[in-house]
Amino acid sequence: MGSSVSGLSVPPSVPGVDRNLDTSGHAAAIDVQGMNFFYGEQQVLFDISLVVPERSVTALIGPSGCGKSTFLRTLNRMNDLVDGARCTGRCLVEGQNIMDPAVDVVLLRKHVGMVFQKSTPFPKSIFDNVAYGPRVAGEKNRAVLSELVESCLRKAALWEEVRDRLHTSAMALSGGQQQRLCIARTLATNPKIILMDEPASALDPASTDRIENLIGELCSNYTIVIVTHNMQQASRVSHQTAFFFRGRLVECGPTMKIFTSPAEKQTEDYITGRFG
Amino acid sequence: MYSGLEVDQQWSASCQLLLVRLGFGLSFVESVLMPTWASQRIHRRHETLIRWVLFVCAALSVLTTAAIIYVLLSNAVYAPGEKTAFFERVSLWQFLTSGRWKPTDGAGAHFGIWPLLTGTLQVALIASLVSIPAGLGAAVYMSEYAQPREREFLKPVLEILAGIPSVVYGFFALKFITPWVLKPLFGLLGLEISIFNSLSAGIVVGIMVTPLIASLSEDVIRAVPRSLREAAYALGSTRFDVSARVVVPAALSGILASFLLAFSRAVGETMAVAIAAGGNPLLTLNPLRGSQTMTGFMVHASAGDSAADSISRMSMYAVGITLFVMTLTINLLSGWIMRRYREVYQ
Repeated sequence: MGSSVSGLSVPPSVPGVDRNLDTSGHAAAIDVQGMNFFYGEQQVLFDISLVVPERSVTALIGPSGCGKSTFLRTLNRMNDLVDGARCTGRCLVEGQNIMDPAVDVVLLRKHVGMVFQKSTPFPKSIFDNVAYGPRVAGEKNRAVLSELVESCLRKAALWEEVRDRLHTSAMALSGGQQQRLCIARTLATNPKIILMDEPASALDPASTDRIENLIGELCSNYTIVIVTHNMQQASRVSHQTAFFFRGRLVECGPTMKIFTSPAEKQTEDYITGRFG
Repeated sequence: MYSGLEVDQQWSASCQLLLVRLGFGLSFVESVLMPTWASQRIHRRHETLIRWVLFVCAALSVLTTAAIIYVLLSNAVYAPGEKTAFFERVSLWQFLTSGRWKPTDGAGAHFGIWPLLTGTLQVALIASLVSIPAGLGAAVYMSEYAQPREREFLKPVLEILAGIPSVVYGFFALKFITPWVLKPLFGLLGLEISIFNSLSAGIVVGIMVTPLIASLSEDVIRAVPRSLREAAYALGSTRFDVSARVVVPAALSGILASFLLAFSRAVGETMAVAIAAGGNPLLTLNPLRGSQTMTGFMVHASAGDSAADSISRMSMYAVGITLFVMTLTINLLSGWIMRRYREVYQ
């Protein structure tokens, strides 16, 4: 598997993730060219260009404050909610430039779902949490909703645990269950792309494991972009890894290559734990 | 030359004396007598002093409440000494069941609370119909829609609204709302509206309590974590979806509590209602006619020239105690709702 960086062993990947996958033939789900991002006067992203292939997992790694979360949040325009945020460049999602002011962000966010670091169940029942997205989109038919809720909970590997208490409060679930509920809730809006912002960083090892396996299962149908602090996790779940440092994209390539023979010195220093 | 220590000891001695006289527990005196570092003593004395000053501040409100309850009870239920209390002269049964309120001293007096009660509830209900949508709408606008600059402008304006004396609202109802708004409006429908009417009173009281609802609701709405809003936006919600389906339900307990507090405020509101609704205790549900509320009656009774222990005067206390029980119940209820249905976010 190429020359290994000294001192780093790459853990086995989760089922469903082939880290040597040749994605050159895949269509681009996301195609970012020359993106700059500013909070007020302060520039936090510099000239980012990155292609995310369809039905694959792309991990964004880098030290705290390197801009990886900010970058992730530009992909569904969550940064619109921040005062003074400004973005230039081009970002094509399935061929459409989402930076265009004419883009309907509400529709975009249905297409590009997001799971956050902190699980954020609404103070409603489990059923109502998952049914939230479809209801907002106008679905009222109870039978359709029930079916959708079940299938999404199944996909998120939560159905067996909650099938008997769908109408109890989601706030009573454990942290790991809440996070899987949030994934199910995101799946219910029928997105093509799922953005995950450190989805397992607040969870115990067993729950983390379940989330990682879930990512392996979902990536055959969805395009996933995940931000993570945990490099082992990045190497386990992703096909492609992008290393961010001080607002710049240092290197992006197949996960196996980044973790065994990175092209850049900075990447090597970071993944071998010499800084960050 | 005197050293700080001497002064300290004198201080300490006089303090001990004072505290012993006041009878503040042996253990405290012991702790002062115990040999410790001088500087620590100064510290401790300050602490104790501050503690007692603060205790008196806290006790003041409790004492006031106790005194008010005593005055109400001693005039309405049981009077010590020569005086006879209201309910010793008029039966509770008549008070609670009679539909006539005619508080005269001679024969033909009737003391049935219903006309005052319906008058009060009518005004408070109309006030709620005005203030709940307006207050909640303002709260949602300020926390979810407004730019920071707009909010900085709106919040003080609402506070100005809350700071206008209630007598001004009363004349605003009497001189503006009734003749210039309600009269032409109901004139079109062919309805007659009295100069004194519950509707105008309810409307102005509603305007008065709107800032209360807006301000309390906005506080609880802003306490809903930002992460919950972001999650909702990320699922493809419009701003309205986020407000109506996530933020308001998450803050519902606090919002309901603010409604109840505002209702209780409206029930207790006096001057504006006394001016706008008039002073005729009619048992009617027609908001276009005048009515008298409990507070309105109390103003008239206390300003009247009948003798202090006359039955007409004493009836004021019976009405007062009814009002007190009502508002206390509502306030306790709102506190209970707040605790019972609060969502705890980590």
